[in-house]
Amino acid sequence: MNAIAASRRALFQGAAALTVAFALRPGAAGAWTTKPVALDECDAYLAIGADGRVTVFVGKVDMGTGIRTGFIQIAAEELDVPMTRVSVVEGDTATTPDQGPTYGSLSIQNGGVALRAAAATARREFLRLASERLGAPAASLRIEDGEIIGGSGRVSYSALVGGRAISLKVDTNAPIKPPEARRIVGRAVPRVDIPSKVFGRFEYVHDFNPPGTLHARAIRPPAMGAVAEAVDEASIRDIPGIVRVLHQRGFVGVVAETEWAAIRAARQLRIRWSDWAGLPDQARIWEHVRATPVAQVQVTSERGDAAAAIAASPKKLAASYDFAIHTHASMGPSCAVAKFDDDGRLTVWSASQATHNLRKQLAMMLAIDVEKVRCIYMEGAGCYGRNGHEDAAADAALLARGQTRPVRVQWMREDEHGWDPKGPPHLVDMRAGLDAQGRVTGWTADAYIPRGAGGNVDLTAAELGGLPRETLMSPGNIVHNLAHGYAMPAVKTVCHRLDTTPFRPSWIRTPGRMQNTFATEAFLDEVIAEAGADPIAYRLGMLPADELRGREVLERVGRLANWQGRPSPQRDRTGDVLRGRGVTYVKYEMVRTYVAAVAEVEVTRSTGAIKVTRFYCTHDCGQMINPDGVKAQIEGNIIHTLSRTLKEELLYDRRTVTSRDWSSYQVITFPEVPEMRIELIDRPTERPWGAGEPAAAVVPSAVSNAIFDATGVRLRSVPFTSAKLLAALRGA
Amino acid sequence: MATNIGFTVNGAARSITVDDAEMPLLYALRNDVGDRSLHYGCGLGQCGACTIHLDGEAVRSCQIPASAAAGKRITTLAGLGTPEAPHPLQAAFIAEQAVQCGYCLNGMIMQSAAFLTKNPRPTETQVKEELVNNICRCGTHPRVVAAVLRAARG
Repeated sequence: MNAIAASRRALFQGAAALTVAFALRPGAAGAWTTKPVALDECDAYLAIGADGRVTVFVGKVDMGTGIRTGFIQIAAEELDVPMTRVSVVEGDTATTPDQGPTYGSLSIQNGGVALRAAAATARREFLRLASERLGAPAASLRIEDGEIIGGSGRVSYSALVGGRAISLKVDTNAPIKPPEARRIVGRAVPRVDIPSKVFGRFEYVHDFNPPGTLHARAIRPPAMGAVAEAVDEASIRDIPGIVRVLHQRGFVGVVAETEWAAIRAARQLRIRWSDWAGLPDQARIWEHVRATPVAQVQVTSERGDAAAAIAASPKKLAASYDFAIHTHASMGPSCAVAKFDDDGRLTVWSASQATHNLRKQLAMMLAIDVEKVRCIYMEGAGCYGRNGHEDAAADAALLARGQTRPVRVQWMREDEHGWDPKGPPHLVDMRAGLDAQGRVTGWTADAYIPRGAGGNVDLTAAELGGLPRETLMSPGNIVHNLAHGYAMPAVKTVCHRLDTTPFRPSWIRTPGRMQNTFATEAFLDEVIAEAGADPIAYRLGMLPADELRGREVLERVGRLANWQGRPSPQRDRTGDVLRGRGVTYVKYEMVRTYVAAVAEVEVTRSTGAIKVTRFYCTHDCGQMINPDGVKAQIEGNIIHTLSRTLKEELLYDRRTVTSRDWSSYQVITFPEVPEMRIELIDRPTERPWGAGEPAAAVVPSAVSNAIFDATGVRLRSVPFTSAKLLAALRGA
Repeated sequence: MATNIGFTVNGAARSITVDDAEMPLLYALRNDVGDRSLHYGCGLGQCGACTIHLDGEAVRSCQIPASAAAGKRITTLAGLGTPEAPHPLQAAFIAEQAVQCGYCLNGMIMQSAAFLTKNPRPTETQVKEELVNNICRCGTHPRVVAAVLRAARG
């Protein structure tokens, strides 16, 4: 038995659950466990063990963000137990509530708040039970380390539960601890996973290797839409330990006794592929995007007649902003282990950010009852959106079918860069009119982006193998932040949702919100330059007076960066090395986390080299559970997005992705990381919002604005390569 | 053809039998020795996730045939220190909370550990240059640099 299953089994046996002591063995109708997972039940989220340990069950998963520690803080705080007594089970479809995919910067905002409500409800119930037991009013009792004290003595949570079934609905109005009573939440608590990672003892999904594991590789077509016409199994006969070759249309895979045999076989297997060349010409990608049929026109904000207002204005500006196709480029190529049991039930261990959805997708692909599939989350390398993990799980499930040994699929680097779903090309046309005083009279934004939302991304194995799938297109929720909160007399923002996009799309950190904020905040900078105004002062002048939190992040980032008010660009642009600063602002999705940033850049005119030297950020995500976790997320947002802004671009020919390693798809390196100064604004009485994405939204515009300030040249096409800057400088 | 290869891993003598002596050391260590503190990241020597010390030198185990390690002394992250007796870098990475997903961490620590034996008091710029070929996707860079400098300060 593997370590994870062993520890989980021990956990379950020791758990006198909050309501019922659930068992690991299958219950009626082939269910994996009888543990409740309904979203409105306390015991979907919490179990109190006989030993006083608290187990938290969450559908949201820690993908390297530290959210596990945040969940422990929340439960420990509301239940008044030490953090060391709380453990977390994440994303196991048999035991955790389906709280939706771990995306959208929602894990604390939604998942954490749900857990907090469950814990607060449980705390109130424990106090009520203790009040009866101890013969004292609940208000007179206090809780220390999971024991309720007062009246005639003390009683522990586990004694109160006592194996009884206490059915308890989550009360979202159950009182949570007030800020002054909090001892764990709101503090910079060290992450629980870091020591085991530092000592090389942490078990990633990549390291999961139950006894008898077979190793497999999927062999992807050399052209993305090609089909395997013939597979010559004799071509790998010399490799010892080959167990199986699977060929189904465009899906080919090998299973072997050892990992190296699987790798060798995947390289050596002779396959005759059909030809296919269905990708657009990369050199003309934006023409391709403009020529793509529009499936839906979505107006995301409208006030007045913006087009007429612009037409009647003495000054008019227009510009197009584009953002290249990106790959997730996870550090650890996707990996999964799949195992069928004798009853035809499938267990898949995966780093999927959406195991509950993956379960349904796998059942559909394999045409088996969803009740027969269990997905168990195990952490992988950092995940910033729907990458290849689900696809590796599908590969493993397909290759594991027909026998009962576990099958581990590990993608190779070229699979990860080549076959993870991509952040789609994003194009925005901006127009504005100004009056004689430099005030905006009208503003329009037209984004050309794929249709679809944040649903499931089809599994590659199903697609290549011609197996059942939803045939959805799911680029994520990419329409937000094209509308903005600045006061303008006439505005219209429109998303033209395209019928197709060149690569299977998915969301990558801050999907659409980043690209739309880039266009909005950089074009606004163009408007402000045209008006000859200071970029912070002008923004503040357009933010409504009651947008207090937005005004505060902007004002504070100015102070943080020692901002001197003046128009852009800076005056002396004669030297070879020019310096500039750019400001930017976002209210995430117009409803939550506020971020403002200032980038400082150094541009070398002769080479086109762009160096971001400092990055300042002010951040208000409401209540913070773990301020150091928030800070780490902001650092990650800034660095990851600087990488995307300055360097990253998917390369492809008409057949397939050609940027399939770290030298053809380059990312930020240590010397390129700027000094960062981050100011966190804590609001312990407010609700907690997300921090995993919002700060990423402001990065491309901050850099574009700073380059303009330094050089007087505007970069409107991500990535901002030196070649693009040199061309722009020559054209200026 | 099955080949026996002997080396020491974290001080213990190990002997493995492989079908193909050209198999990268990475797979020998992870699958035959069972040490999963090093990670597969690219198999191309570009990212650093599989870094180990071979006779004290930081090398990328995905680029070295298992046979080339015969008779050599291997140290991995799992053998660098323990919670009871951590290597100064391990203590520093915890103190600086210099981990997000941690998949690259093996490379960060092993590369830095070899570096600090040669340059015990590096400047910030030298640390960044040393780690220029170690990729981190989460954006943990400033904390990694702070941790290496903290370890160097002792």
